[in-house]
Amino acid sequence: MNHGFFERNSFILLFGILIVVAIGGAVEIAPLFWVNGTIEKVSGMRPYTPLELAGRDIYVREGCYLCHSQMIRSLRDEVERYGHYSLAAESMYDHPFQWGSERTGPDLARVGGKYSDEWQRAHLADPRSVVPESIMPPYAFLEKTPLDYRDIADVMRANKAVGVPYTKEQIDAAVADLRAQADPNADGVDDFRKRYPKAQVRDFDGNPNQITEADALIAYLQMLGTLVDFKTYHADAPENRR
Amino acid sequence: MKRKTSAMTTATDLPSPLRFDLALFPALLALGFIAALIEVARSPDPAMVVQAWTFMACMGGIGIFYLATYAGGLPREERTGYATNVIKAGVVASMFWGIAGMLVGVIIALQLSFPNLFYFPDLPWTNFGRLRPLHTSAVIFAFGGNVLIATSFYVVQRTCKARLFGGSLPWFVFWGYNTFIVLAGTGYLLGVTQAREYAEPEWYADLWLTIVWVGYLATFLGTIVKRKEPHIYVANWFFLAFIATIAVLHIVNNLALPVSLLETKSVSLFSGVQDALIQWWYGHNAVGFFLTAGFLGIMYYFVPKRADRPVYSYRLSIVHFWTLIFIYIWAGPHHLLYTALPDWAQTLGMTFSVILWMPSWGGMINGLMTLSGAWDKLRTDPVLRMLVVSVAFYGMSTFEGPVMSVRTVNALSHYTNWTIGHVHSGALGWVGYVSFGALYCLVPWLWNKKKLYSNALVEWHFWVSTLGIVLYITSMWVAGIMQGLMWRAYNDYGFLEYSFVETVQAMHPYYVIRTIGGLLYLGGVLIMAYNLWRTVRSSETAATEPAVAPLAALEAAQ
Repeated sequence: MNHGFFERNSFILLFGILIVVAIGGAVEIAPLFWVNGTIEKVSGMRPYTPLELAGRDIYVREGCYLCHSQMIRSLRDEVERYGHYSLAAESMYDHPFQWGSERTGPDLARVGGKYSDEWQRAHLADPRSVVPESIMPPYAFLEKTPLDYRDIADVMRANKAVGVPYTKEQIDAAVADLRAQADPNADGVDDFRKRYPKAQVRDFDGNPNQITEADALIAYLQMLGTLVDFKTYHADAPENRR
Repeated sequence: MKRKTSAMTTATDLPSPLRFDLALFPALLALGFIAALIEVARSPDPAMVVQAWTFMACMGGIGIFYLATYAGGLPREERTGYATNVIKAGVVASMFWGIAGMLVGVIIALQLSFPNLFYFPDLPWTNFGRLRPLHTSAVIFAFGGNVLIATSFYVVQRTCKARLFGGSLPWFVFWGYNTFIVLAGTGYLLGVTQAREYAEPEWYADLWLTIVWVGYLATFLGTIVKRKEPHIYVANWFFLAFIATIAVLHIVNNLALPVSLLETKSVSLFSGVQDALIQWWYGHNAVGFFLTAGFLGIMYYFVPKRADRPVYSYRLSIVHFWTLIFIYIWAGPHHLLYTALPDWAQTLGMTFSVILWMPSWGGMINGLMTLSGAWDKLRTDPVLRMLVVSVAFYGMSTFEGPVMSVRTVNALSHYTNWTIGHVHSGALGWVGYVSFGALYCLVPWLWNKKKLYSNALVEWHFWVSTLGIVLYITSMWVAGIMQGLMWRAYNDYGFLEYSFVETVQAMHPYYVIRTIGGLLYLGGVLIMAYNLWRTVRSSETAATEPAVAPLAALEAAQ
């Protein structure tokens, strides 16, 4: 064909470009929404609790994902260093995903439970007090800043609208649940545990007087990678072959 | 030279002060102002209030600009010849944002090198996590974007022999785009981000950019439509592909649901694995179309123009244009090798990334071979040398990219500073140098000066920044490969040899060398800014009008 056709007609050139660039994206992205097995069937995944969700928002706000990945690749050294390789199911409630692209610091996909709350607090406030060689920025302001959770029910509602299966009950109880998770002596703890089985309840920042941003962030970090029950997950099962 | 006046008849017979655009854009600015006022009054989100005040100030500022420019009737510049003032503004903005963005780059490099000196525990906005998007956005979108707007506006007018379409529309695009930059940059410092790399601005900034980008497409396409040349010149194919594809990428990747119209926060429409692929489909093609296709448009005008030779091969430009834009789109999954992305998508991404090597080098060959018969000019013209070295860097990073997308190489290189080195060989070497070359050409042309203030200063800029690039990319290569090897090293007993923090410690000298490299590069740009400033201020006006005839290459190509 004579290329002059494109060179003489501006709209033909524009439509030509749009068609050519549409193909690759459509072929690669669209099937991810309907091919079975893109996301593994696992047991244990649940939507984040209100406190964890608030912590995740702080994680995003501070740009943690710029230095820490949350994606353990299926390579021997990574599995030995960080734990079982990450499954797609583990980020299925992440709007947006937090896989990251750089490891200036270590992967955090399974950091939950690896360190104590106290270590996390000290490390966030002054990373070099516990790891002298660290180059991480200090986040001392977190434990001094009261958590702003006035909009937590709205955040959950927005997440529900894009596919996270929060129930009406969970959304209605958002504020009570958030407070209950950070205070083991609160009245609503039993109801909270019913709504979020196996969620960790304690005063994460060690300061019973207020719920701070450190409470939320540490609650989120301590949950990371602990949800999926790997005893019931069989990587070799035909439905998990991808 | 004579052709200019005859080509400009349509512009001169449009003196009507009652123009559609002079009603539309002020109305749009007023709407923006009112929307921001409502946010200020009603939003419970302190970050949103600050963003809204900022946006109101920008809308007010642009409004005053419109008043000052159009209140006394159409300015003389709009009745004669090509639009040049908006391009001059783009050149100034490019230099400003370039220096600002590179300075932030040096600061965050210093933070990683000397964490005890450059972090402030109680000032959240000074932390690496908030400054890093400020750096990437400032250099890619603020510096690169303003360079692209300025050069594309310049090139499309000359190669179409037509004034920019849309009356004040180009001004709206320029000011609107820079408003987006200000909104995005101040947002990062406040912690407003949707956590998508290179697409961090939140929903309202994205909406604003969408409006501005439609204006950009209209300006560019409208100018092509009213061209006086039968053929659309090759540089404009690349500019058009860049503008159109970025629009598609921007809209799809930023699909999100705001938590409330009064809050900055939003949630992505997609999650997990789908979200990851959409983000890297966007991320990789921000490289492919913003930082490659757009800057290839610059190359296709400024290299032949400066060397005074026709483009090497018309056929090659056709073949590599269509293959480049077709194949680039597929390459996104190479950012997700060995992750939870299904294997078939990883394999597709890797395969197309390797194939991409060929069309990329098609562009490099076409650029370099344009110098045929004019290689001697590299010795005497440092501006041309900068343009040519940029093409060489383009060739180097587009070879390195496919290598890094091969699974086994990526297993080592991913997550390490090798990626940072790779990005900067493209960013500093290719995007930076081709931009500097174009700006060095543009300033004397736009301000009607005989020549640059000092060629010796261009030489200094060239050598200082080249040294900077070499220090930067070699330190990051070595550091990245070392990092990857240390992560996977086993001792004799079959255990991992190094703890993670030992690999962090080992990075220190390389982080310091990288900082020095960045400082040298920034120093080069400061030399450039001084040189351009003195050029603008010099009294040596060019005896004749600046050359406005389209490229010899254009005729040769047909």
